[in-house]
Amino acid sequence: MASLILMPALSPTMTEGTLARWVKKAGDTVAAGDVIAEIETDKATMEVEAVDEGVIGKTLVEEGTQNIAVNTPIAVLLAEGEDASAADDVVRSSDPAVGAPVAIETPSDPAITEAPEVAQAEDDRDWGETSEITVRQALRDAMAAELRRDEDVFLIGEEVAQYQGAYKISQGLLEEFGEKRVIDTPITEHGFTGMAVGAALTGLKPIVEFMTMNFSLQAIDHIINSAAKTLYMSGGQMGCPIVFRGPNGAAARVGAQHSQCFASWYAHIPGLKVVAPWSAADAKGLLRAAIRDPNPVIVLENEILYGQKFPCPVDEDFILPIGRAKIEREGTDVTLVAFSIMVGVALEAAAILADEGISAEVINLRSIRPLDTETIVRSVKKTNRIVSVEEGWPVAGIGAEICTVAVEQAFDWLDAPPARVCGLDLPMPYAANLEKLALPKPEWVVDAVRKQLRD
Amino acid sequence: MDETPSASGRSNGPALSPETMKRAYRDMLLVRRFEEKAGQLYGMGLIGGFCHLYIGQEAVVVGIGLNMKQGDKSITSYRDHGQMLVAGMTPRGVMAELTGRSGGYSHGKGGSMHMFSREKEFYGGHGIVGAQVALGTGLAFANKYRGTDEVSIVYFGEGASAQGQVYESFNLAALHKLPCIYVIENNRYGMGTSIERASASKDLSRNGEPWGIASRKVDGMDIFAVHEAAQEAMEYCRSGKGPFLLEMETYRYRGHSMSDPAKYRQRAEVEEMRRTRDPIETLKAEMLRSGIEESVFKDIETDVKAIVADATEFAQTSPEPDVSELWTDILVEA
Repeated sequence: MASLILMPALSPTMTEGTLARWVKKAGDTVAAGDVIAEIETDKATMEVEAVDEGVIGKTLVEEGTQNIAVNTPIAVLLAEGEDASAADDVVRSSDPAVGAPVAIETPSDPAITEAPEVAQAEDDRDWGETSEITVRQALRDAMAAELRRDEDVFLIGEEVAQYQGAYKISQGLLEEFGEKRVIDTPITEHGFTGMAVGAALTGLKPIVEFMTMNFSLQAIDHIINSAAKTLYMSGGQMGCPIVFRGPNGAAARVGAQHSQCFASWYAHIPGLKVVAPWSAADAKGLLRAAIRDPNPVIVLENEILYGQKFPCPVDEDFILPIGRAKIEREGTDVTLVAFSIMVGVALEAAAILADEGISAEVINLRSIRPLDTETIVRSVKKTNRIVSVEEGWPVAGIGAEICTVAVEQAFDWLDAPPARVCGLDLPMPYAANLEKLALPKPEWVVDAVRKQLRD
Repeated sequence: MDETPSASGRSNGPALSPETMKRAYRDMLLVRRFEEKAGQLYGMGLIGGFCHLYIGQEAVVVGIGLNMKQGDKSITSYRDHGQMLVAGMTPRGVMAELTGRSGGYSHGKGGSMHMFSREKEFYGGHGIVGAQVALGTGLAFANKYRGTDEVSIVYFGEGASAQGQVYESFNLAALHKLPCIYVIENNRYGMGTSIERASASKDLSRNGEPWGIASRKVDGMDIFAVHEAAQEAMEYCRSGKGPFLLEMETYRYRGHSMSDPAKYRQRAEVEEMRRTRDPIETLKAEMLRSGIEESVFKDIETDVKAIVADATEFAQTSPEPDVSELWTDILVEA
């Protein structure tokens, strides 16, 4: 049967083009793949190939015709044995070549696998007895507990096994779990991160340790393009249960390349979860939740906190929910919102303010994405003021997000413009005095609150 | 997988039984006709964005596919339709994903470059050049971790072989003796840049040498040669010896993507390849020589045309995804 050859779209953006030249003419026989015409698009002159075999019955546009819309008939292709009159018939009877999609029953051939069952962490539960442990121990215990609980969990990274962890977070894990599950890698972040993501796509549950989160930049393509997006791109078939963890932010005197907060970077990405523990309880509860989570989770730790002790529940089942903030100190005059090491700074500021008769409420975010906006907004409606405290840079930072949440959801309750306390907007200097100047301290927070109360 | 001697008696490859040759011919023709139709639908505006066709390279994926068994995993770049069909994914589901419809493998949310099948162990469909090499190494890692004898087939182009993560992956796979077959589909051009202008290494099959990775250079236009090399690589990997590298010398007839102005190579070069090296015609000639009758090819052609026509119909009539799909599959709900 005769068919129409339509003006093809030859680029993602082409809507019309010029028919520069007919290579085949009426009466010519063509086979699939033969060039029949040259078309000038918005990008280049390109050749149009025949898709079916047949005889060109008629060309419908002249050489040199400009602005031919995509899908306009440009020629008629005759099947074997047809004569030219068939060409006129098909032109006369041609509807717009492609109809709109119509709804029909959809066969369910693409296979969908079920999401794995995951133990839900209980909110706000009282976990009873606690003991003082360091953040380092808490992280170690969390990994050990989950490695014991699930054979599919393994730890991979530089110096995690024989060296016992560059920051001793994985101390004793090689001994207990063996080299199959505690795996030293070469210095090859791009490679081992991609490999771990690939393993996670099959259902294994890797914990990827970056010696510091700064080195995750070598691997950020796999974190964002491979880990975070595959579930969506696969229509829900292929999740990526993986944890990326390591020390984040400034340590001490290690200079610009090793002192940076990545909270804002990773919080920007749909498909990722991001947590930032402060206390030992945060560290243990959130890391356990991260390992059990069927999604990619970034755990932003802090080197300076590793050696600090906090009370942590001793209950073997202790775990915290991702996405819930914790009010570390209740107050009535201003809300201080912080995460990671800045929770300590905010608490110090709250103590100074208390001496001045100002009651500050301190929120430990624990989770950056999803952000517990409910807790923030409820607090702001009570205190009518908000100051965010973060170590990272101000531009497009987490503080910008928190202040926006306050303005969007609690504008009428605000007695002062929301304020941000951030690290200074510069690469981290090495000199001790300069480094000290670059990082937020309690006095900055106190000043921001005083200004809000004064104005 | 094939032990029956063939009547053809080729000297440069193992014998293939008539049944295996028919299967190979049918699979290659399915990929060819499917891709021609995809090109046509793109021209009609039914497929949007980027669309990279596999035409010319069919012997590579089909020859390797003949040696894959249940549980073997595969992963590739964005030139992925052939791999998906050979993995056993339905032409309907693939074509409907190309048209962005709800009947597609990703419910229309992935498109040509991002398609997956958990059931068929096909792990995409990746739009970032070289990313699939590290990910595919992870698939092999998972096989070893679970203690299976399954193999991971990792396809990438000669263009991707310039990416650093390819060599990071080689090192990791060799260190851990991972069951990973790296298949370089050397079609000579990374977009519009010829291999001569892109690689100081003139023999890509040797690119795994520093890590001691076993390798072969293979005529990727000859299904018999591909089959034989794949068989060797599979046996090597399954027996726990570590990764294997296959450089397939192949050729793509069409542009890099649909918007390729084709100014970087001569039309005569393409014509010459089509005329003298076409993988489907080469196999057909061999089958005719071995006594298979012309009617067999007609039947296969009819069968394949019907499958492609059915997939095309499905891909045009399957509804667009429901708007509720916009907000699903971002996170697995815990």
